[in-house]
Amino acid sequence: MSDSERRPTLARYSSGERTNHWLIALGFVLAALSGLALFHPALFWLGELFGGGPWTRVLHPFIGLFMLIVFLPLAASLWGDNRMQAADWQWLRRWKDVVNNREEHLPEVGRYNAGQKLLFFVLGACMIGLLLSGLVIWRAYFSLYFSIGVIRLASVVHAVCAFVLICAILLHIYAAIWVKGSLHAMLRGTVTPGWAWKHHRAWFRQITHAAHPRTRPD
Amino acid sequence: MALQSLDIVRRSATTTAPPGVRAAYTGTVAKLIDTTKCIGCKACQVACMEWNDLRDEIGSNVGVYENPGDLSSESWTLMRFTEYENPKGDLEWLIRKDGCMHCADPGCLKACPAPGAIVQYSNGIVDFHEENCIGCGYCIAGCPFDIPRISKRDHKAYKCTLCSDRVAVGLEPACIKACPTGALVFGTKEDMQQHAAERVEDLKSRGFEQAGLYDPPGVGGTHVMYVLHHADRPELYAGLAADPHISSLVGLWKGVSKPIALAAMAFTVLAGFFHFVRVGRNEIDERDEAAARQALEAAPQRNASQRPGAQPPEKRP
Repeated sequence: MSDSERRPTLARYSSGERTNHWLIALGFVLAALSGLALFHPALFWLGELFGGGPWTRVLHPFIGLFMLIVFLPLAASLWGDNRMQAADWQWLRRWKDVVNNREEHLPEVGRYNAGQKLLFFVLGACMIGLLLSGLVIWRAYFSLYFSIGVIRLASVVHAVCAFVLICAILLHIYAAIWVKGSLHAMLRGTVTPGWAWKHHRAWFRQITHAAHPRTRPD
Repeated sequence: MALQSLDIVRRSATTTAPPGVRAAYTGTVAKLIDTTKCIGCKACQVACMEWNDLRDEIGSNVGVYENPGDLSSESWTLMRFTEYENPKGDLEWLIRKDGCMHCADPGCLKACPAPGAIVQYSNGIVDFHEENCIGCGYCIAGCPFDIPRISKRDHKAYKCTLCSDRVAVGLEPACIKACPTGALVFGTKEDMQQHAAERVEDLKSRGFEQAGLYDPPGVGGTHVMYVLHHADRPELYAGLAADPHISSLVGLWKGVSKPIALAAMAFTVLAGFFHFVRVGRNEIDERDEAAARQALEAAPQRNASQRPGAQPPEKRP
């Protein structure tokens, strides 16, 4: 395209949102690596990245808290765009069209599709689960306030939430590779009109006031 | 000592076989605590302090017999006292020496995430190797008897070693040596079971119908056993677990779920890779851009002064 340099772009993420997102990503990677070291002996060597076993044990809860704290502002600002609507359930029922790149068979998508919305709520639920269970098993400061039964339950809850979170983030990472242009949106903040038209048409109409404008539900 | 590693039959957070599994089976040891002979003198506590060079903080008298108040990283054994009024209305003073039971199936070892921080020797002793301990406290969650304690000073876990260092060179544990009444005896597990059987018979002949040996099968038996006057009600003895076993939550957490979760995470990555290979990326082409351009041109512009067909309002250079 000779005029590709002059092709307009749409703003999808502000610099603040991008910074916030990558801080969460940093927290997640560090929390996951240090947590996996404590979860399975085959991954205990990951603790060396944090200065060895005792340092991994010391740092992991603080890294987790950091991840949660930086998650909160982004979650608050994206809350409104992530509420499930009727069209979202329809989108999910057509998951075969989704995974086979047949977007023409899907209902128009707003700023986030149903998969992204589910991810949002799964992340939120896991973060809450990890925080509450993590405090209970934080031996240095909090475990002494809880009975052994609660500590055992929290240990399982913590592992389950972390497992779900890690799997969800692996899917999230793959989706960013899969849907070309998504990674650029989170790195540089912009998407092309064609990208918005194809993947998030309702959002495209909404921000450009294009034909058939959709009123935001909120 | 390095040669001890030859005798390790189980090692925490280790999925391959330790050297001990190839060793000749020479039987296991056990400590037998005869609560019916115990006078509560605490000589065993003192001997433990001396041999292991432990000095707990001096506490304050709160009006109970226990001293110190609980097990700690500096107190690996503790006499626990119970005043029990039996159905005849008589007072029985039940005294139990508390400490690690050295389970054949140790919950602490199962829960431990640090390779080699907890080991089980072929003689049955379960030992903590503090140099490998990371201080997470999972052993506390795994233990059915509430024994391990984390030191507030070095944040590592401590408990009775059954004097593994003494036993390794043919000596009996320090507490056994100190006991003045013969309430504590040490030997092979088989001999201790035999000795306990004689004691139980004697107790039954003297009116303790429910006397028995406490060697709980829920944890595969223990290498510290009790002779109890009331073996039908172990909980009388300061809350001794009636049917101890590794909590099913710990089994779930540190058992099957570990390999399954790891496999599921690997599967998730592979699923993404093969989706990429089979279906490929979801890309936009010129038709999408053209359709978007058309929609933009048809759209009522926010800023009427803009050139027709110009960039949308949120345009970025």
